[in-house]
Amino acid sequence: MSKSPNILVPALGGTALVLGVAYGLSSREHGDTEIELLQDRVEQVLVQADDARAQAATEVATANALKAEIEDVRATAALQVASGGSLTQPAPRLVESLGLGREAHQEEIAAWDVDVLPDGRGLPPGKGDVYTGEEVFATYCAACHGDFAEGVDNWPVLAGGFDTLADKDPVKTVGSYWPYLSTVWDYVHRSMPFGGAQTLTDDEVYAIVAYILYSNDLVDDDFELSHENFMDVEMHNADGFVVEGRDTEEYPIWRDEPCMSDCKDSVDITMRASVLDVTPETEEEGEDDAALELPQETPSTTTVQEAPVIKTAAVATPDPELAAAGKKVFRKCQSCHAVGEGAKHKTGPVLNNVLGSQIASVDGFKYSNALTEAGAAGGTWDAETLAAFLENPKKYLKGTKMAFAGLKRKEDQEAVAAYLATFLGNPG
Amino acid sequence: MDDINLSSSRRAFLRGSVALAGATAAGGAAASQPDPLITELQDWASITGEGVDETPYGLPIEFESDVIRRNVPWLTADPISSINFTPIHALDGTITPQGCAFERHHSGAIELRKEDYRLMINGLVDTPLVFTYEDIERFPRENHVYFCECAANTGMEWAGAQLNGVQFTHGMIHNMEYTGVPLRLLLKEAGLDRAGDLSDKWVYVEGADASSNGRSIPMEKALDDVIVAFKANGEALRKEHGYPVRLVVPGWEGNMWVKWLRRIEVTDMAVESREETSKYTDVLEDGTARKWTWVMDAKSVITSPSPQSPIPHGPGPLVISGLAWSGHGKITRVDVSKDGGMNWETARLGKQGDSKALTRFYLDTEWDGEEMLLQARAMDETGYVQPTKDALREVRGENSVYHNNCIQTWFVNKDGEAENVEVS
Repeated sequence: MSKSPNILVPALGGTALVLGVAYGLSSREHGDTEIELLQDRVEQVLVQADDARAQAATEVATANALKAEIEDVRATAALQVASGGSLTQPAPRLVESLGLGREAHQEEIAAWDVDVLPDGRGLPPGKGDVYTGEEVFATYCAACHGDFAEGVDNWPVLAGGFDTLADKDPVKTVGSYWPYLSTVWDYVHRSMPFGGAQTLTDDEVYAIVAYILYSNDLVDDDFELSHENFMDVEMHNADGFVVEGRDTEEYPIWRDEPCMSDCKDSVDITMRASVLDVTPETEEEGEDDAALELPQETPSTTTVQEAPVIKTAAVATPDPELAAAGKKVFRKCQSCHAVGEGAKHKTGPVLNNVLGSQIASVDGFKYSNALTEAGAAGGTWDAETLAAFLENPKKYLKGTKMAFAGLKRKEDQEAVAAYLATFLGNPG
Repeated sequence: MDDINLSSSRRAFLRGSVALAGATAAGGAAASQPDPLITELQDWASITGEGVDETPYGLPIEFESDVIRRNVPWLTADPISSINFTPIHALDGTITPQGCAFERHHSGAIELRKEDYRLMINGLVDTPLVFTYEDIERFPRENHVYFCECAANTGMEWAGAQLNGVQFTHGMIHNMEYTGVPLRLLLKEAGLDRAGDLSDKWVYVEGADASSNGRSIPMEKALDDVIVAFKANGEALRKEHGYPVRLVVPGWEGNMWVKWLRRIEVTDMAVESREETSKYTDVLEDGTARKWTWVMDAKSVITSPSPQSPIPHGPGPLVISGLAWSGHGKITRVDVSKDGGMNWETARLGKQGDSKALTRFYLDTEWDGEEMLLQARAMDETGYVQPTKDALREVRGENSVYHNNCIQTWFVNKDGEAENVEVS
């Protein structure tokens, strides 16, 4: 603003002076030419004055813009000073869309958005009863959760535990703890069975959930669960939860300036971790010595000699590429089976040395009657029997506990066999 | 002069027999004889080492091979759905190297290629969108250091001192510098007009692995500091931490930091999925349970000396070191007690703590060679003071698993060995 008078005053003053001179000259007896000349000059000056005014206006605008810019820079600088004098800035807040990504198709949303809300939204139509559920549960769930949802080993217990929540070791099951039935349906449908998630049909899920409800005495044995009666089921612990609580019960009392000296009369040790002794060995005793004693690589000839008789030549010398492919396919098995040095039984037995061995012959594993009988009858695992079993376990050996849908592709069956053949001669 | 081979003496410490004499002679003032490591020509001072083409991507030197993640086999049914622990007893500073940062999976660590990665935003948005990995990298991004702590960290210690090692009692934590896109930018891209009043809205975030782990996050937090991250400590996320994209939910329990993030749904209520009802809820003494306890309260622990990191020398100068953090903001102060909480000294912070990130503290002290009951007590910018185990139990009982942020006690004996104990 302050700039404008400085520019305008000389321009207007100059025009007035020229006009004055022109008037004085015209009163004398000068020629018309002179007058015309002067008139021309006056016009020129007037034009120049207009130009000057326009220019001045432009400069004022520029000056204003500059001033605004300076204010912006000052503000930014002030911010920077406040934030430690650096150019650090968070990612900009976008006013407009960046136009990134693409619109999702309805089919895509339907495929991925399968969660079920506590009010039942998201449930697909379907139904399943307790009897069917018992069967489906035995097939897909019982290996880990037990026939009666009582839990095997460290796997979650799904039933019982009522009135234990206030005890020292509360048993938190679907029946005793879970507040919403939607959670059960959603979890079974989306995340189970372990190692085969999202392979159950909607009706199978309804049936499994019906069976879990039954095993928790929440419904009778003739109950059928469907999307229609879903919200009628009342969960034991529906009212057992409160939101947060630390903000009112803890924070106010733990914000006092703490004591710095003579805070207690005496201090005694009341418990020691070494008494319990549940800490894993941090450094295996003698681990390094053992490593020195073991040969780095067991010669392959020894391996073959020590291995049981192998029937198929293709398995005896596994193709490394096929074995590598088998390692990937084996991921479908690893939720239940371990293989390799130091492998331990999981839900299924260790699979070292399985090729060429008698069916159901690994020590320390409790097989189903079906497998035990097959073994007693002289059955062995070779490339052929293994492939047949893997293709459809329950069809090949009715009564097996192995809850696995099967490897339908011949290549996958062969690849797994080749991979397992690399563990012949492994201890365990 | 005793043998001072570093690796063997380290093992000796870990087995609990501290070679005080040898260590003191090596580091002390009065060596009776010249040190052959100095007076004799050593191989490494004469023969050449490895060339630059030897190690395209390096691992720590073999002498550090004990600085690794460890798990507790009895804790879970299967290592595929389990947890391991960061070796915080052997680390210093604040940044956790990715290779030894704890892992928690519900269905194992999957391998998901960037090319196969898709992120969907749907629900109450103006336009449901699908992003590729490349799309994510075209949004403005930020860098932040944050700690990620499993809600169950120290959970085994509720009923009493159980595990003899800070790695096991406090190692469900890591601290990395994340690079990623603020979640609010992605939500904005999909448009939140349809969601209307945002104050009662949620986002449900879900992973691409078989567990399909999903958690509900209130919209207020989602629009605040949550990051969709694709780099940690400068490099791509490791597969065990959610490669190629994970969620970073600063200050909140690790289970919400969904890995292999594949879907973000704007909802009008919490989904109440398995991991926010049957798990990650806190049973109180009367059997009722707290839910939606997301923030990790202020906590600290002495990492050295500790059971896995005994004092390797005799009386004299001793550095007591540890970590402190708070999900509510910055750590402002850490006090250390050598006598089980009777008297306290204020420790030195390695540097001013970042908000919701690990802060390193040191107490540079003189050890008289006597027994100690070491404790650390953190305070954060809200004025919150880390409680004792008894104070926590008084409010919550002993039935909880999660959110145990109590003061930890290490008993250090005259040999410098430490043990996990509880004190009156």
